[in-house]
Amino acid sequence: MHTVPQTEKPLVTQKDASSAARFTHSVWAIVWKDLAAELRSRELLSSMLVFALLVILVFNFALELDAQARATITGGVLWVTFAFAGTLGLNRSMAVEKDRGCLDGLLLAPVDRSAIYFGKAAGNLIFMLIVEAIVLPVYSVLYNVNLFIPGLLAVILLGSVGYVAVGTLLSSMAVQTRTRDVLLPILLFPLVIPVLIAAVKASTGYLQGMLYADIQPWINLLIVYDVIFIAVAFMVFDYIVEE
Amino acid sequence: MIQVHKLVKRFGLKTILRGIDFSVAAGEFVALIGPNGAGKTTFLRILASLSRPTLGSVQIAGYRLPAQAASVRSRLGVVSHLPLLYADLTAEENLRFYAQMYGLSQAGRRITEVLELVGLAARRGDLVRTYSRGLTQRLAIARAVLHDPEVMLFDEPHTGLDQDACQMLDTVLRQVAARGRTVVMTSHDLGRITGLASRIDVLSRGTIVASVQCSQVEPDSLPAFYRQALAEA
Amino acid sequence: MESRPRALTILDIATILLFIIAVGLVFFYAPMEAVMGQVQRVFYFHVANAWVGMLGFLVAAIAGVAFLRTSNRKWDIVGLAAIEISFVFFFIAIASGSIWARGSWGTWWTWDPRLTTSAIVELVYAAYFMLRQGIEDPDRRARFGAVYAVLSFISVPITFISIRIFRTIHPVILGIGSAGAEGSFDMTPKMLLTFMFSLLTFSFVFADLLWHRIRLGSLADQAENLKMKVLE
Repeated sequence: MHTVPQTEKPLVTQKDASSAARFTHSVWAIVWKDLAAELRSRELLSSMLVFALLVILVFNFALELDAQARATITGGVLWVTFAFAGTLGLNRSMAVEKDRGCLDGLLLAPVDRSAIYFGKAAGNLIFMLIVEAIVLPVYSVLYNVNLFIPGLLAVILLGSVGYVAVGTLLSSMAVQTRTRDVLLPILLFPLVIPVLIAAVKASTGYLQGMLYADIQPWINLLIVYDVIFIAVAFMVFDYIVEE
Repeated sequence: MIQVHKLVKRFGLKTILRGIDFSVAAGEFVALIGPNGAGKTTFLRILASLSRPTLGSVQIAGYRLPAQAASVRSRLGVVSHLPLLYADLTAEENLRFYAQMYGLSQAGRRITEVLELVGLAARRGDLVRTYSRGLTQRLAIARAVLHDPEVMLFDEPHTGLDQDACQMLDTVLRQVAARGRTVVMTSHDLGRITGLASRIDVLSRGTIVASVQCSQVEPDSLPAFYRQALAEA
Repeated sequence: MESRPRALTILDIATILLFIIAVGLVFFYAPMEAVMGQVQRVFYFHVANAWVGMLGFLVAAIAGVAFLRTSNRKWDIVGLAAIEISFVFFFIAIASGSIWARGSWGTWWTWDPRLTTSAIVELVYAAYFMLRQGIEDPDRRARFGAVYAVLSFISVPITFISIRIFRTIHPVILGIGSAGAEGSFDMTPKMLLTFMFSLLTFSFVFADLLWHRIRLGSLADQAENLKMKVLE
């Protein structure tokens, strides 16, 4: 074993970065870390994906979907699927930090707490988008529905952002309780109802080829919700993680 | 370097720390011993800026906690009994992550140095999931010294280690201390601290009941000293 | 132990009196409504309960913000008390709303924005209680409760608006298509008086219960404190 050379100079220099640069670096570091870990274990993605596909399968048997009915129902089916699969991802993502005390490791770093929130939320969003990116073509094929409408994809993005913004906040609370996994959906669903309503209506609108004027109120609602809750998360996250 | 004055910590209605006065000069190695439930971990978490005092003041390197916690964090290195490491990443990836979080330049070189310090250079590419408890603890120390902190806090670092691992840990601890860092280490086992610490404080039921310089006391009489301190409390 | 303050006793008496008068007004003073008959009398209590329930939600949200800023336990007790009481008020509002729907349109439930939002608020409250129950540390319990109260207070109005938009595009009282679906009617002066009085009464009931519940919480804390001291 080598010993550390005794020198006068400090061994490391901390980059003289502005706090904004520090912030973005840490957010990026957290996202990268989550992606790298997930690439190895693939636990999170596989469980979300399998679950999502199972839900779609169950819907097939639960709802008699003739071609006409499908156009009205697809939006709802997709979003119920995403909402449920989403909780798996949110839970798992936070559990990783909690289990080995890694959350403390993040809190010890000289970064703004909200960087932790953004890092985790961004990671959660990416996972959710990956799952959605796989579910959409599968659904398309199984039910012979074209889902590659740009408007629809935009709605899915906006809805996922809102869902993940609130979900990350709540999962950081839920993970610190005894009833961890069960509690998150109970806390989350009442609060994301506006997202679900707006996303389903807007998705259905695009699938049925409605006029943009009819869909617009829903898109606006999604944007407003996203903005409000990202802002609120900024203000509130500190209180959740600080002891 | 560390100044604690009349520190009180309550959890709801339970008081864990009752008015602690504690100070550590730069370069001192202080061992804080006490029975389970005395409040050692709580105290260390407050010093680590992970927990806020209910009453009293805490200063590290001239900065007040919790108000100026952000300035303190880059100067603190913490080893707790949880590893604070990601199981699905390799040792190197873990260190790289923390190097980024601490904004270190020349991360690659520093990572190599630290891995060599703790004797894990050969296993840098292995997943932490495959590490034994002893190796994990050493990597945790590597993580803690990565950013070359002035102050190091160890919370019962020998927990769960076998004899060989303990000896290796002691060697690493000595080297860490040798660089003139300020160290506070908690333990409930006297045997672990002889030869390492320059001062021993006894924490019992939320207050410091005794304090002694290691140079002034025979290592053999430490157990008796400890028992007496607890009895008098 | 402090005994019940005089002001609280006066409030108790005032509340009981108001309540008796309110019941009298509802059943004997207010005229019978032309279309719906006796069932319509539920309206007075139904709306008052819902409004006061919302007031409770507001109190809880404010207490939540206050707790996060001051870390004073007192605000946590206020928040919990407000939500517990509001929970009951909303329940009564939903139950009476359901009776009204049954009496007026023959269905037990309407998916109108207000009733639906009330149901969602009840679910939010249930989540709040479950959140608190899963936490040992009192400080964390109070903090998380406060955060959730604030988050949900922001979310619920947005929910209400989204259901409203949903309804104007797709009216959904299943089986009813008439304009009277919202259940609105013109109020005569006597009805208005009864309505306002009910509102006043239930505000008093809320304040009274809230005060009692906060006292209960404080006393429980003090008892716990004394127990701790004895055990040491």
